[in-house]
Amino acid sequence: MIQVADLHKAFGAVEVLKGIDLTVERGQILAIIGPSGSGKSTLLRTINHLESVDRGEIWFDGMLVNQPLRGRRFERHVNRIRQHIGMVFQHFNLFPHMTALENITMAPMLLKKTPRREARELAESLLRKVGLLDRIDYYPAQLSGGQKQRVAIARALAMEPKVMLFDEVTSSLDPELVGEVNKVMKQLAQEHMTMLIVTHELRFAADVADHVLFMADGVVVEEGPPAQLFRAPAQERTKTFLQEVFK
Amino acid sequence: MDVALIVRVSRFFAEAAWVTVEISVLALALGLCVGFAAALAKVSDRAVLSLPARVYVSVFRGTPALIQLFIIYFGGPQIGLQLEPFAAGVLGLGLNIGAYMTESIRGAIVAVERGQSEAARCLGLGHLQAMRKVILPQAARLMIRPLGVNSIALIKGSALVSAISVVELTYTAHRFISSTYRPFEMFMLSAAFYLLIISAASHLIRTLDARFALRT
Ligand SMILES: Nc1ncnc2c1ncn2[C@@H]1O[C@H](COP(=O)(O)OP(=O)(O)OP(=O)(O)O)[C@@H](O)[C@H]1O
Ligand SMILES: [Mg+2]
Repeated sequence: MIQVADLHKAFGAVEVLKGIDLTVERGQILAIIGPSGSGKSTLLRTINHLESVDRGEIWFDGMLVNQPLRGRRFERHVNRIRQHIGMVFQHFNLFPHMTALENITMAPMLLKKTPRREARELAESLLRKVGLLDRIDYYPAQLSGGQKQRVAIARALAMEPKVMLFDEVTSSLDPELVGEVNKVMKQLAQEHMTMLIVTHELRFAADVADHVLFMADGVVVEEGPPAQLFRAPAQERTKTFLQEVFK
Repeated sequence: MDVALIVRVSRFFAEAAWVTVEISVLALALGLCVGFAAALAKVSDRAVLSLPARVYVSVFRGTPALIQLFIIYFGGPQIGLQLEPFAAGVLGLGLNIGAYMTESIRGAIVAVERGQSEAARCLGLGHLQAMRKVILPQAARLMIRPLGVNSIALIKGSALVSAISVVELTYTAHRFISSTYRPFEMFMLSAAFYLLIISAASHLIRTLDARFALRT
């Protein structure tokens, strides 16, 4: 479903991705962990081209994301791909001038020409799924952090993406609100959604992921199934990181 | 102070005030259109659009409005642009205020958090779709005040068109001074009318600002 090969990315003179390779199969859940500044967000953001790359290839569902097209043609190409890749951010980024309903229905109505009635039904079923049907007409400012994040997940799901990208979606939540968001992600996992999850919550990663990737300084230090990576890390770097976190 | 004189001429000043209102409203409309277009061009990542917009803004903000009016009205005929004073005034004031509008509108657009456009773009919206649905509605409420400030500046600046003989408030004051030799009364009277117009405009801006404040 997603394949990244020899990916390089620099901000100015600072190289933050130094040759990343990864593969995510359909239905697989990949957790990406690593210290702050290791390039996790940047990696995730290159997949739907929120960041451009300098070298390497990103394949999504048989399409090369970073095609050497120019101008308008590239924009069209990227927009088409982005419709199939849902993304959820640390800071929600809900549209404050729209209700929960409008946040969810805007993109399907605009891009897929979904009729209003149908879009509303879709939004209702998604809000029911994330447990917020009773908040359908609320504005983001009237919702708690956990509720905002669940609406943001519903908004991304409304485009019926093939892959979901999560970038530390619980990091800015109060601890007591983390559970409700994790629950929604677990539910998606059970439905075999393909997911890439950047997280600081190693327990959650161990819980939902099929595969864990440990990044440091722009490279993949080690990867493997959670049981192996968390219980018996092979690399010294991984051990140190895990000890720091679990201390 | 000659009150009887003021009463006698105030009818003419009221008519002139209406001309001031008309020229300001038309110039405002032109300035907003040009300002919006130039602001969108300026935030575009394509140099063919952003470069002309940048040149426009620096030229019109970097030269006196009076000179701009003179170029259009007196210089225009030389390059085949023959305009009545009123039309030249609308064009000159509109293009001038448009440059300031551009900066205010652009400021409001870039003040909308970056995360907003990222969220829109990663749903698959194009640049213009994201602008229309997500960025501009949020920027709009941020622009009301700065655009209001520009509009007030425009009304005051409209006095300049007296120099190309548009018969508005300032021109009318001059005209009556030459027949009555009462500059104090005449300028005070025109100031009073300006104050009236600007108070009304301020009130309108405050109402709009309150009306479009973000619902929470
Ligand atoms: N737009 C940018 N311009 C310049 N440098 C950037 C930019 N975005 C990220 N960086 C730098 O790239 C490096 C990797 O950042 P990134 O956000 O990918 O790390 P991360 O692993 O997600 O960290 P965290 O766990 O703190 O979120 C950091 O050193 C960061 O300062
Ligand atoms: Mg990050």
